[in-house]
Amino acid sequence: MTQTEKLKKAFAEALIIDEALVTDTLKYQSIPQWDSITHMVLVSSIEEAFELSLDTEEIIDLSSVAKAKEILSKKGITF
Amino acid sequence: MLLIDKTALITGSAKGIGKATAELFSKHGAKLILVDRDMEKLEKIHEEFIKKNYPEPKIFHADVKNFEQIKSIFNELNNSKIFIDILVNNAGIMADSMLQMVQQPQVQSVYEVNVFGTIYFSQFAIKSMMRKRKGSIINISSIMGTKGYIGQTVYGSSKSAIIGFTQSLSKEIAPLNIRVNAVAPGFIETDLTLNTPPAVLEKTLSSIGMKRPGKPIDVANTILFLASDLSEYITGQVIGVDGGMII
Repeated sequence: MTQTEKLKKAFAEALIIDEALVTDTLKYQSIPQWDSITHMVLVSSIEEAFELSLDTEEIIDLSSVAKAKEILSKKGITF
Repeated sequence: MLLIDKTALITGSAKGIGKATAELFSKHGAKLILVDRDMEKLEKIHEEFIKKNYPEPKIFHADVKNFEQIKSIFNELNNSKIFIDILVNNAGIMADSMLQMVQQPQVQSVYEVNVFGTIYFSQFAIKSMMRKRKGSIINISSIMGTKGYIGQTVYGSSKSAIIGFTQSLSKEIAPLNIRVNAVAPGFIETDLTLNTPPAVLEKTLSSIGMKRPGKPIDVANTILFLASDLSEYITGQVIGVDGGMII
């Protein structure tokens, strides 16, 4: 599984949406499934998938799929 | 055995209510992470628990008002793939003074330990609990926080803050299957109440319906109930453990 596939899976499982919906343009609160509650589930899902921990600033910053890739890239994950 | 396969982190666990809770949790099969400022006492507890054949606790030296130390504990736990099910925010300090005699460092210190520490630990613990999509946080408030008392403006208000925090957080994370409750002890025999002057002690005991002080185990039993699945539909509540104390 590539890192992009892993990230898509983490998003899809946390937000309970189809993986096809997980594109770079998907933004926080742009769909009903990505609200403040599921955001916490998403954080946990990403942490679990990539075996790392996100800081509060990163959790706040995690506002889109593209942003998630940017944050994870800074932690050494290559997309 | 109510806590088999559960991992619990207890702050302020070297003595009093924290230690009684740690021992009770151990008897119920929990794996423990004990945090305290007093490493010497923690090491003694570690030794004592091993001798009693309890699950070996992990011990951490930390000051609950130090955000970086808390972060470091959770980083270490995450790296070891240890995720917690239960958090007991027990660490607390008491400082009695009439408001006009309260000095700024006292306010700062009481709030940093009693309130900020609880907030920081909860923040990290929730992330850990999310791995199992289940958890229980128990905050220790006080009858001073529910009813107030002379000389307790700072301590009492810090414990009131714990109730507000408990009630808001419980609403915030109930959808995540994480529960948050508080316990409000009355007059309990601990180091905090050890040096109560005889006249005050007499007056205090007369205000307690059961006419005796509580013991740390009385509070620990309530914490155990809130930590276990026996209370799995209870969240956002404050339970008094005060023997019918009226203040």
